Amino acid sequence: MAEATLNIFRGDSTNGKRVDYKVDVTPGMVVLDALHAIQGHQAPDLAVRWNCKAGKCGSCSAEVNGRPRLTCKTRMDSLPLDRPITVSPMKTFPVIKDLVTDVSWNYAVNKKITPFTPKKDTDWKMYQQDIDRVQEFRKCIECFLCQNVCHVLRDHDVKDKFGGPRFFVRAASLEMHPLDVADRVPMIKEELGIGYCNITKCCTEVCPEEIHITDNAIIPLKERVVDEYYDPILRIVRKITGAKKA
Amino acid sequence: MTDRFETHEHDVLIIGAGGAGLRAAIEALKFGAKVGVVCKSLLGKAHTVMAEGGIAAAMGNVDSADGWKPHFRDTMRGGKMLNNWRMAQLHAQESIERVKELEQWGALFDRTDNGNILQRAFGGHTYKRLCHVGDRTGLEMIRTLQDRGVQLGVDVYMECTITRLMKDGDRVAGAFGYWREQGRFVLFKAKSVIICTGGIGKAWKITSNSWECTGDGMALAYYAGAELLDMEFVQFHPTGMVWPPGVQGILVTEAVRGEGGILRNKNGERFMEKYDPKRMELSTRDVVARSIYTEVKEGRGSEHGGAYLDISHKPAEVVKKKLPSMYHQFKGLADVDITKGPMEVGPTCHYMMGGIKVDAETAASTLPGLYAAGEAAAGLHGANRLGGNSLSDLVVFGRRAGEAAAKYAQSASMPKIDEAQVSAAERELLAPFERQGGESPYAVHRDLQDTMQSLVGIFRVEDDLKKALAALLTLKERAAKVSVEGSRMFNPGWHLAFDLRNMLTVSEAVATAALARRESRGAHSRIDCPETDPVCGKENHIIKDVNGKMSLSTVPKGPLPEDLQKILEEA
Ligand code: SF4
Ligand code: SF4
Ligand code: FES
Repeated sequence: MAEATLNIFRGDSTNGKRVDYKVDVTPGMVVLDALHAIQGHQAPDLAVRWNCKAGKCGSCSAEVNGRPRLTCKTRMDSLPLDRPITVSPMKTFPVIKDLVTDVSWNYAVNKKITPFTPKKDTDWKMYQQDIDRVQEFRKCIECFLCQNVCHVLRDHDVKDKFGGPRFFVRAASLEMHPLDVADRVPMIKEELGIGYCNITKCCTEVCPEEIHITDNAIIPLKERVVDEYYDPILRIVRKITGAKKA
Repeated sequence: MTDRFETHEHDVLIIGAGGAGLRAAIEALKFGAKVGVVCKSLLGKAHTVMAEGGIAAAMGNVDSADGWKPHFRDTMRGGKMLNNWRMAQLHAQESIERVKELEQWGALFDRTDNGNILQRAFGGHTYKRLCHVGDRTGLEMIRTLQDRGVQLGVDVYMECTITRLMKDGDRVAGAFGYWREQGRFVLFKAKSVIICTGGIGKAWKITSNSWECTGDGMALAYYAGAELLDMEFVQFHPTGMVWPPGVQGILVTEAVRGEGGILRNKNGERFMEKYDPKRMELSTRDVVARSIYTEVKEGRGSEHGGAYLDISHKPAEVVKKKLPSMYHQFKGLADVDITKGPMEVGPTCHYMMGGIKVDAETAASTLPGLYAAGEAAAGLHGANRLGGNSLSDLVVFGRRAGEAAAKYAQSASMPKIDEAQVSAAERELLAPFERQGGESPYAVHRDLQDTMQSLVGIFRVEDDLKKALAALLTLKERAAKVSVEGSRMFNPGWHLAFDLRNMLTVSEAVATAALARRESRGAHSRIDCPETDPVCGKENHIIKDVNGKMSLSTVPKGPLPEDLQKILEEA
């Protein structure tokens, strides 16, 4: 049986160190299994978040060999075992302990988004072709890996001015809902600060749900901001006709 | 307020933020209650997200002959008539409205060609009845309820574990627990409490359940003096992954069979022809699970000890569109392309039909001020749950519990909690740090899982159950002596010490009830009592703490009203 060494961050917000643990690699093992093996036999107080172990809940995010991953979907046999595998908490969020970070900021951003506001007196008929694109956004499992890699949050830390890709996805899912009538464009511009995004697409690359965050959510939202703020004629036309969606 | 713990006051305190807890919160808020929701994980990560196949509601969008009566009949038949008939009736009638409401709060279900909610076939359901979003229906539901709850202003205490209910005389008065992150203690005072903590799958080795499913609510209610009902009925889902070892038990949605998947043994035989020629792969879960188990036991299993489940005869685009997460799950975790070849599947511990005994209309437990809904409550599913009836259970009875608990709170005063209860709960929480040289809770948990897996599994027999009870006794003694290292800050070993206490209590209830039911019915199969006994079918098992000892009693089921009896006899 092959053996792997995991080099894990152990510590909290004030201090920490890196510790090596050896684990036997079994067929099909994922990094989360290795972390559990360490918890079960060597370090019972190793702090890790997880729930589903099947890529559905978005709890187990961490940086494996420097890359943002769901640890439950990262196979050990996809990693080189001849050197230690580093496992670190997401860098963008404050560490609580070991691999667990404080992601509460995300929940605060979510609260700023105007909730679903359906058209009055609708008969709730919707067609598959009209909801396909929204269903793509609703696949989001809130792993916050996109938030973790976005340089606006990771390197510039403007958390008070910028909502991050996850919340553009959420805003887009509401804006493009065929029966929603709220106008979120001012909120997207001012509170979520979409202007800070310079379309590097790093968020799209890491999304485990393969949501086309930039192409399908951010760019169309940026277009709406441009239309509403910099194309007054179009805005007046929309006001008169009541059409929100282009 | 002391520096030993913080205190929060609510009209209604809800423990658990899955579908039932969130739906209860939304309803209680509607009645003007000050509501708090406590959950062990982050908001939106509860086990509900794992539900894949759909939510059952007789909307008749695809099969227009459907209605609440056939849904009621299917549910009762699937549950082998042990169900609480009133709950089955309310569930069949109200689930339709509850699904529409989810849509009105923003959920986007897959559509029919004429713009309605699409419904798919599922085991035990006579008509195409499951509203769904591909194979991620649970995620859609939890996100919708979460957004709605946040919009209405619910207070959520994330990553907080409750270890004891507090009482004021006979009445429930709140709860005590700790913040997982910092380890600080917290007291919740509340006029009423709703338990929505889900199941107990983590007591078994092969399970589809997450770390959270440790029977907390059932144990808390039991310690506080509430009654538990029909605890012997544990559902083994027929299709969990079996290979590779790390993924053993992870759920393979029944939607694979709903979309036309075929089960075969190693000889290529479609073995369901033998066990249920009429319904085949879409037989009820208890039957399919036993069939796979029997094939394996008799030497006709797949390479790694399961059965082959094949959907590759369907066009690849259809499989990817209808079962996207299954496609990715097998590709990523097992190197199997399900559009090209079969999956290997086998039974996995999935769902608890038994639980806290509740009143059908109000979800009230037998303790004043305490309510329960969802998997933690019992009654709706009888001896076996139909797929799709869980998500609908959560919203139908979550709503009822929220309303009843809010109304109770309106007429009740804020209870008093005496210092002795609080300090006892505190001492209990600190004890594992003070004991030196004890075992790790992980070691005891592993042995518990082995015991339940081998002795209280799909097929049961008196001898095994007695052995299990004896083993649980020893495990309880070991668990009472575990030590944990490190600090109180996010310390999973310490957390497990209390989850383990709950699992042991609930496991004991399962084994006790399984030993007492001398028949085979639904998910409970006794090798030594293989027949279904009409006399036992008229009896429920109640488990209760009597002077510190677990005691079981048998109570007669109420008679079925004539109009419902008629519905059952039709077709
Ligand atoms: S595309 Fe925009 S949101 Fe995405 S990572 Fe780049 S800057 Fe951030
Ligand atoms: S959009 Fe993708 S990467 Fe971002 S939180 Fe959602 S699932 Fe994760
Ligand atoms: S544990 Fe749920 S996504 Fe990894």
